[in-house]
Amino acid sequence: MTTVNITLNGKAVSADVPDNTLLVNFIRETMALTGTHVGCDTSQCGACIVHVNGESVKSCSMLAVSAEGAEVTTIEGIGSAESLHPMQQAFHENHGLQCGFCTPGMVMSAIELVEKNPSPSEQDIREGLEGNICRCTGYHNIVKSVQAGAQMMGE
Amino acid sequence: MPEGSIKDGIGASVRRKEDKRFLTGSGRYTADISRPGQLHVHFIRSDHAHAKIVSIDTAAAAKADGVVAIYTGDDVAADGIGGPICGWVVTNRDGSPTNEPPHPILAIDTVKYVGDHVVAVIAESLQQARDAAELVEIKYEVLSPVVDLASAADGVQIHENVPNNMYFDFELGDESAAEAALAEAATVVELEVRNNRLVPNAMEPRAALAEYDPIDEAYTLFTTSQNPHLTRLVIGAFMLSIPESKLRVVAPDVGGGFGSKIYVYPEEAVCTWVSKKLQRPIKWTADRSESFLADAHGRDHINKVRMALDADNRITGLRVDSVANIGSYLSAFSVVTPTILHAPLLSGCYKIPAIYTNVKGMATTTAPVDAYRGAGRPEATYLLERTMDAAARQVGMDPAEFRRMNFIPKDAFPYQTPVALQYDIGDYEPPLDKALEMIDYKGFEARRAEAAKRGKYRGIGLSSYIEACGIAPSAVAGALGARVGLYESATVRVDPTGTINVMTGTHSHGQGHDTTFAQIVADKLGVGIGQVQIIHGDSDKTPFGMGSYGSRSLAVGGAAIAKAVDKVIDKAKIIAAHLMEAADSDVVFADGKFTVAGTDNEKGFGDIALAAYVPHNYPHDRLEPGLEETAFYDPLNFTYPSGTHIAEVEIDPSTGVVQLVDWACCDDFGNLINPMIVEGQVHGGIAQGVGQALLENAAYDETGQLITASYMDYCMPRADDLPDFKVDYTVTACTHNDLGVKGCGEAGAIASPPALINAVINALAPLGITDMSMPASPEKVWRAINDATGAQAAE
Repeated sequence: MTTVNITLNGKAVSADVPDNTLLVNFIRETMALTGTHVGCDTSQCGACIVHVNGESVKSCSMLAVSAEGAEVTTIEGIGSAESLHPMQQAFHENHGLQCGFCTPGMVMSAIELVEKNPSPSEQDIREGLEGNICRCTGYHNIVKSVQAGAQMMGE
Repeated sequence: MPEGSIKDGIGASVRRKEDKRFLTGSGRYTADISRPGQLHVHFIRSDHAHAKIVSIDTAAAAKADGVVAIYTGDDVAADGIGGPICGWVVTNRDGSPTNEPPHPILAIDTVKYVGDHVVAVIAESLQQARDAAELVEIKYEVLSPVVDLASAADGVQIHENVPNNMYFDFELGDESAAEAALAEAATVVELEVRNNRLVPNAMEPRAALAEYDPIDEAYTLFTTSQNPHLTRLVIGAFMLSIPESKLRVVAPDVGGGFGSKIYVYPEEAVCTWVSKKLQRPIKWTADRSESFLADAHGRDHINKVRMALDADNRITGLRVDSVANIGSYLSAFSVVTPTILHAPLLSGCYKIPAIYTNVKGMATTTAPVDAYRGAGRPEATYLLERTMDAAARQVGMDPAEFRRMNFIPKDAFPYQTPVALQYDIGDYEPPLDKALEMIDYKGFEARRAEAAKRGKYRGIGLSSYIEACGIAPSAVAGALGARVGLYESATVRVDPTGTINVMTGTHSHGQGHDTTFAQIVADKLGVGIGQVQIIHGDSDKTPFGMGSYGSRSLAVGGAAIAKAVDKVIDKAKIIAAHLMEAADSDVVFADGKFTVAGTDNEKGFGDIALAAYVPHNYPHDRLEPGLEETAFYDPLNFTYPSGTHIAEVEIDPSTGVVQLVDWACCDDFGNLINPMIVEGQVHGGIAQGVGQALLENAAYDETGQLITASYMDYCMPRADDLPDFKVDYTVTACTHNDLGVKGCGEAGAIASPPALINAVINALAPLGITDMSMPASPEKVWRAINDATGAQAAE
C-alpha cells in the first residue's frame, strides 16, 4: 500500500491504495467519481481520458502512484449541470453524444485538443480524436461539436 | 410532416433532455453502482473451442486470500438452474422443429467455444477473484473444433440433439416458381457473398450487480439490458425459478447495445443465483476481451444468389441459398435473425414475381451469433444490392437506372411480396433521385478522371434498401415461431399539478427517448417538454414491455404512448365538460386548453388535472378520480423504411487503402419527431456499416481461437476513417400507426455496406475486378489490384 496525494478537480485528496492501482480505478473506486469510464483493456478506446497536469492521459495506462503530486481533472471537474463548460455546451447543441459512455473521454480529449490548437480544421479534429472510439455517432456530430466548442472557448 | 403545435413538439430538433447527465459525468451505468458488502465474480472461461472437461480442482483457489466461494457446472446441475432460452424458433422444411440444445450457465461436461463459462470465482475484491482463478486447475480432453461455416455439417457433432450440426433448415417462397423463372431467363446473374462476422462492441461492456433481500425474499438485478422485462421473465421463469414479482430488473443508463444487450447471458444469471446463496451483493463487469469472446456476435452468412432477368432486364426471379453461422448455443434471437428477419426482405424495393430461399443454421464451436444492428436485414440487403450491381454490369446498364426500372411503382402499394410481407406504403424514386443529386452523380466521371490523374482509382456505389422494422403483429409473429408478444406498453400519469410521467416498456441506450417521447406527449397535450418525464428501464416502475431493438421504440413504443395520451385526453374532456357544464361532444381540446365550441368558456390542462385529483366538483357517476392511463399497442404490420445510400471512394493502388470521400443518403422514415436525433441515428448506422465493409472482421483461427479479441486486432471505425455524411429525407407516412412513423435506428447499418463495396468494385472495374469481399482491407484490395494489373500486363 502506498499513500497517493493528488489534487483532484481542485481539491487535495489522499488515500492509501495498493501499488498496482490504476489511476482510473483510483478515480472511480477510491474517489467514487464514476464519470470516467473503462471501455477497453488495451488503452485504445479513450473512455477513461482525464487531464493530468493539463495533458490528456488515458487513466487506465497510468498507476495512481505515478500521479503523486499531480493536478488531475476529470469530467466532473470541468463544468456543472448549472454551468456547462463551452465544450460540454457544444456537444449538447450539436448532438455530439448518444449513449454517453465515450462522452466524458471525448470531451476531455476535445478540450485539450482545442487548448493546443484553438482553431482546428475538420481534419485536425478527426486526427486529434483518433484515440477515442465512439460506436454511436459516426463522429459526424462530434466533429461539429468540437468545431463549435473551439469557437465558444475562444470567445 | 405534421406541424408541431409548440416549439418543442413533433418535428422540432429539440436538444436532448438526457445530455446533461452524460456530459457532466453524472450518467449512472451498471458498473458505476456499488453496494455495501458486495463481492466480485470472475469467470474462468474455456480457452479451448471444444473440449471435454475431465476435472476441475478448486482446492488451492478456495484457500486463497479473499475467496468466498467457487462454483462450477456441478453446482448449476445440483441446483437445477436452467439456461438462457431461445426466444423464437422456426419450423424446418420437413416440418420438424428447430433443434434446441441445452445451454448451461456454467459448462457441464464440455466446453463449446473459447470464452465459454466454466468456473465462477467469488471473492471480496476483483483482484482477489482473478488471482485465485490462476490457482484453479482444469483438465480438458480436447475435441475437434468446428470453425469453418461452409463445412460445419461435416464436422464433429457438437450437440447430442443437433445432427449434422444443423439447428434448423428453413425455407420461404415458391421454389418451383423461382426455378422456372431462372430456367426461362434471358440473363441469369450468379453471385456468392460472405457477410463477415462482427462483434457489436457497444462501448460500455456488459455488467451485472445482483442483490438478495432475505426479508422480502426478493432480488434486484442491475444489468446492461435493452429489455429489462424480458430479462426478468427469462431469469425468473426459465433459469432460476424466481417468481417474477420477486425479481426486480433495472437497466439504468446503458452505454449502447446494438443488439448485444437484448439477450440474457450466463453472467447475470450467475450473479443473481449466487446473491442468494451467499446473501451478499454480487458484481461483475466484463473487460473488453470478455466482451469480444462472449458477447453474441453478428452476421456471418454465406449466400449463394441466382437472379433471373427477362429480355427487357426486368427481374423475374430470385433464388438464395444461405448458410448462417449460429455458433455454439442458440442465443435468444439467433434463429429468427437469419430466417424471419432475413428471408422476407429478399424482395427489397423491387418487383420480383418469384422468390425462393433456403437458410441452414449451423452450429460451430464459436461464440453464439445473434442480432446485431439490422439483424438479418443487412445480410438480405447486402446480397441483393451486390447482385443488383452485378446484374447491371452484366447487362450493361447504369446501376441507378437498372434499380429504377425494377422498383415497385408507387401506385402498387399496398404491395404483397412473394416472401410474406405486405409493404403498406413507399415511393422509391424520390429518394434515389435526391441522393443522386446530393452526390452529383452526373459529375462522377469527371471526378473519376481527375482522380486518375492523381494515380487514384475513384468509384461510386449505390444501395437502395428497404427494411422491415417495428416488428410485428404478435399473432403473426406467434404463428411464425415467436415465443413472446411484440406489443409495447405505456403508462401516462398526470400529476395533480399537471406535470406528466410517462412509463414506457422500451429502453433508451443512446436513442434519446427522454426527448423524443416527451415531444410526442408535449405536442399532443400542448405542454412544454420540461413538464414531461420519461421513465424506463425498471421492471418495478414501468408496465411490462418488450424493450428496444429492431427499430421498434418509436413505431411501437411511441404509438403506445400516443394511445395512452389519447385516453388521458378522452377522460379529461369529460371532466372539462362537467366543469364547464357542457356536453362532452361540445368540448374541444387544442393547444393545452379545453374549450366549449362556439364560446369563450375554457379550462387549462392543469385545471383538469387538479380537478381529477381534488374531485370536489367531479362527474363521480361517470368517472373514477385521477388522471392516469395505460395503453398496450400491438402493431398491425411492420413499418418499411426505405431509401438510397451512395458512397464514393478513392483507392490508392500503392497501399490498397480505400478512402471514403463522400456519402449521400436519402431515407424515408415516415414522419420525423426529432430530425436531429434521427440524423444522429443515420450517421451512427452508416459508421457501423462502413466498419463492416472496410475495417471490421471477427476472425477465428482453425483451432477456434478468436484472433481479433481486442481493439488492437479488431479495427473499429475512428473519426479519421469517416467523412461528413450528407443526409436528407423524403416522407411517405406509415399508414398503420397514428404517428405515421417508421423506424430509423438500423437503416444506416442496413443500407451502407453494399453501397461501399459496390463503390470499391466500381473503382476497380477498369482493372476487370468484379468482386470484393468484406472487409475491403488494404491488404485484400492491394492484392486484388496487383493480381489484376499483373494479369493485364501478362495479356
